[in-house]
Amino acid sequence: MTTKRIRVLIAKPGLDGHDRGAKVLAYALRDAGMEVIYSGLHQTVPGIVKMAIEEDVDVIGLSIMSGAHIPISKKLMDLIRKEGLDRVTVVVGGVIPVKDIPVLKQIGVAGVFPGGTPFEDSIKFIKEDTSK
Amino acid sequence: MGVAKYIKDEKDRIQDVILQSGIHLKPLYTPADLKEIGFDYGKDLGDSGEYPFTRGIHKLGYRSREWTTRQYTGFGTPQETNQRFKLMISQGQTGLNVAFDLPTQMGYDSDDPMAEGEVGRVGMAVDSLRDFEIAFSDMALDKIGSGLTINAIASIILAMYQAVAEKYGFSKQEISATPQNDILKEIIGRGAWIFPLEPAVRLIGDVIEYSIKEMPRANPVSVCGFHIRQSGATPAQEIAYAILIANVYIDNVLERGYNIDEFVARFSFNLDIFGNLWEQVAKFRAARKLWARNIREKYGAKNDRSMFLRGIFGGGQGGLTKEQPENNIARSAYHALAAALSGAQTTALGSYDEAYTIPTPHSALISLRTLQILMDEVGLRDTVDPLAGSYFIETLTKQMEEKIVEEMVKIDKVGGMLDAISTGYIQKELVSQAYEYEKGIQSGELTKIGVNKYTGGEQGQVELHEYSDKSAIEQIKSLKELRRARNSKEVTRTLKALEKAAKDKVNVMPYLVDCCKAYATIGEMTNVFRDIFGEFVEPSIF
Repeated sequence: MTTKRIRVLIAKPGLDGHDRGAKVLAYALRDAGMEVIYSGLHQTVPGIVKMAIEEDVDVIGLSIMSGAHIPISKKLMDLIRKEGLDRVTVVVGGVIPVKDIPVLKQIGVAGVFPGGTPFEDSIKFIKEDTSK
Repeated sequence: MGVAKYIKDEKDRIQDVILQSGIHLKPLYTPADLKEIGFDYGKDLGDSGEYPFTRGIHKLGYRSREWTTRQYTGFGTPQETNQRFKLMISQGQTGLNVAFDLPTQMGYDSDDPMAEGEVGRVGMAVDSLRDFEIAFSDMALDKIGSGLTINAIASIILAMYQAVAEKYGFSKQEISATPQNDILKEIIGRGAWIFPLEPAVRLIGDVIEYSIKEMPRANPVSVCGFHIRQSGATPAQEIAYAILIANVYIDNVLERGYNIDEFVARFSFNLDIFGNLWEQVAKFRAARKLWARNIREKYGAKNDRSMFLRGIFGGGQGGLTKEQPENNIARSAYHALAAALSGAQTTALGSYDEAYTIPTPHSALISLRTLQILMDEVGLRDTVDPLAGSYFIETLTKQMEEKIVEEMVKIDKVGGMLDAISTGYIQKELVSQAYEYEKGIQSGELTKIGVNKYTGGEQGQVELHEYSDKSAIEQIKSLKELRRARNSKEVTRTLKALEKAAKDKVNVMPYLVDCCKAYATIGEMTNVFRDIFGEFVEPSIF
């Protein structure tokens, strides 16, 4: 039996240019057998959603280091719902204080991977959540 | 590549050490090692203040002058930043190092939709000269120098700095500004780029040329190996790429008809201090020597000052951890020791809470005190280049020099620095190394205390800087007031003149000063450039 490869869009929303973590995770997911699309820097939320539709992805991973993760994630989740992309798993990584994790989950983010999260945890989460 | 490797036997005895730059260390160094590398005091070191400046650019080092301390500072509104500046100065800090928020770094006004959620977050929000008037009020701008951490629009910010200085009665000849103004490292590693390579480098050249002619105390470019290292480069690559990037800027200015000795003494460097202590010290010593040789042999400089590699050796944030954050105070102290043993002219430290967010006044002061303790208590001012002559350090310095040269040759082979960036060659190299590094930490191959070893015990709570969107609301309100109050005819006139200069490839700096004085906004000035130059497109890294 062949399973469809999980398609992931790793996206850098907003103006933050620190993309080491995003690119490194992209490499790790690729090595775990996923198809990874990297958005490049300075993307708008509508641009990311458009890319997600065009690339027909299963997962959107937002990488945010600037501290603006809550407003950006909220904007993304609202637009995703509007576009009927509810099936897409949204995960957020970057500099995310522990106290913000429940806030992000409440907004609808499925998984939060603060910097330093082991690759295997992120990979396992994505595999499980997309097979639900 | 990846992490430094410690090969151990079953009894935890170290069998081999391989530094990140790929150098194997021996358990013992003796005079035979110096003989093997052909160590020659005069040729390899020279006294401090003498070519090739391996031991330092000043004869008396820290005896003649302590290092300048310049903690990276700025957040919220210009009022809030001004208060923090004053706090740091009152505590003995000797220079400013201004952090701008992301909308400012990317040339957007605070009310631009692209700026939403980011205003005042990672630095101070600046929209116009009015904000600089507040941020720099009551500052002796003829005495205190300011590092301006901005790159894509360094031209605009330096023009604004001149405008604010003149407004407060200081002439452009007496102010000392160090705009970071290094766009190539933004493209490789830090991400705050706007324009395509060619016009982006031209703007760097405009800032340098203007400084040569008009601002004798400005250091118009701070070439940053720092961010390249933070993005995954080895210490050897950090120096190799920084030198080659500096050469791109030098070539741009030479094409404008200047002589190397007229300007290159004003270049400074921003290099990272995180990593193996010995490798860092060797890196800085080798870097000074290679830079001096580059400037003398490749460019034919005659003046010693032109050959000085001087700069801020600092930061070290890449080595800090979120886990057990107070341990970062100790880590930063060792990073600072590396900077002091390496003869840094200027320094700054990552604060212990920086793995979370920008520093609180409390953590910023601990960093400042750490730097002051090194100078005033521990004895780092006693003598110049104290590690010189060590069998180990001299061998390592020579090996580091060879590794740096190897990395420079690799870039030449792919067509030079600009090609290596536009094709994504360097970006790919760095991300694959960052990936290996991360794997090395996660697997425990490289020990990080509190992360993958000794993880138990009290975790410790840190009090963090809290972002408030009140600052953003206030900033946007005052921007709107400014737009109503200013003379809009004068704004239009100065922006038109700027547009013409940008199109005609005339140096844009004087036109930017006029725009700033007319209270044109950062967004308006940047848009003039965006319309003419377009935007950079990232090469794929997969």
